[in-house]
Amino acid sequence: MTNITEKLELFEVFVRSKRGLDHKHVGSLHAEDHEQALEYARDCYTRRSEGVSIWVVKSSDICASQEDDADCFYDPSDDKPYRHATYYVLPDPVNNM
Amino acid sequence: MTPQEEQFWAKIEAEEKIEPKDWMPDDYRKNLIRQISQHAHSEVIGMQPEGNWITRAPSLRRKAVLLSKVQDEAGHGLYLYSACETLGISRSEMIEQLQTGKAKYSSIFNYPTLTWADVGAIGWLVDGAAIVNQVSLQRTSYGPYSRGMIRICKEESFHQRQGYEAILALAKGSPDQKAMAQDALDRFYWPALMMFGPHDSESAHSQKSMQWKIKRETNDDLRQKFVDQTVKQIEVLGLEHPDKAIKWNEERGHYDSSDLNWDEFWSVINGNGHCNRQRIEHHVAAHDEGEWVRDAISAYNEKKRAKKAQNAA
Repeated sequence: MTNITEKLELFEVFVRSKRGLDHKHVGSLHAEDHEQALEYARDCYTRRSEGVSIWVVKSSDICASQEDDADCFYDPSDDKPYRHATYYVLPDPVNNM
Repeated sequence: MTPQEEQFWAKIEAEEKIEPKDWMPDDYRKNLIRQISQHAHSEVIGMQPEGNWITRAPSLRRKAVLLSKVQDEAGHGLYLYSACETLGISRSEMIEQLQTGKAKYSSIFNYPTLTWADVGAIGWLVDGAAIVNQVSLQRTSYGPYSRGMIRICKEESFHQRQGYEAILALAKGSPDQKAMAQDALDRFYWPALMMFGPHDSESAHSQKSMQWKIKRETNDDLRQKFVDQTVKQIEVLGLEHPDKAIKWNEERGHYDSSDLNWDEFWSVINGNGHCNRQRIEHHVAAHDEGEWVRDAISAYNEKKRAKKAQNAA
């Protein structure tokens, strides 16, 4: 059996469903290069006009934070409640500011 | 429990999804690989009974619809293979497991499609049963599987509707056509119910899968949903219900129905259905015959790479 998928690169696919919206991750596929990945992504992920724009990114090029290290990686603003709008108590008549 | 296990269970309890890079128990991973790959194989093998009728669809419209549906099934196979690969198994390993019989696929596809009405019955009943299951699996605890299910459910509704429409046309047609629709219903109704798997009490993986929230509803509960929703659909077609014991139970708020022929169920699962051997032989043949295409792609890509390297030098 030819293990072609092992020779091919893994790409992550992002689709913008409508102008003005963000590209959203929709899945992954194997392809030789970016050009081929775009064509496969079009065939597989936009069969019902789901998108107006596609990004393909080599999975190996994605640098991801580690969720397990979240506590020390992020500096949560929990000690800075004044960064949230709800922190400020305003008079009722103007409270929907 | 180790801290890792505690974290894992905390996520499960809190209805948070497990993602590919999270730590997970080996059995959870194994169970997911079994279930997702089986699901992917079902999508791919499922193309055969319907593909069988593409060239003989009764009109150009029906042919175009059927082509689109079968193309969707290939797409669904890809979504699921991709989701499964995030668990650390390769595509070729999965295909090998399918071809050697180590991995299973839904036994419904071991039934032959004898008439055009069968194609309608598959869309209506088989995809209908699959949707009941897949809607429930949108809430599965493994993130990539859940997202795949959401995508598939969006597309699947067309499959069931086109099938019902095709059967409806026959049921409202000539006496011969109506008889053909009835025959397809009679043959596919019971195997469609078997798609939900054995009774909860007999199901080897059910309990664990429910604890892990891989499965969200039991086989019998899902089957009951399907039984309930199908009664009205048969009535609208003006066909006879294949289950003579079907009866509304006011107290339960559900239909009571006959038990299934479990000997047939186990026999088909264990490889003795009408088409088990044919389906796998066809898959192997298609895979082998496609080898030159894969070789050609590799050769072309190699050539492009060499050219690029030369230009860079």
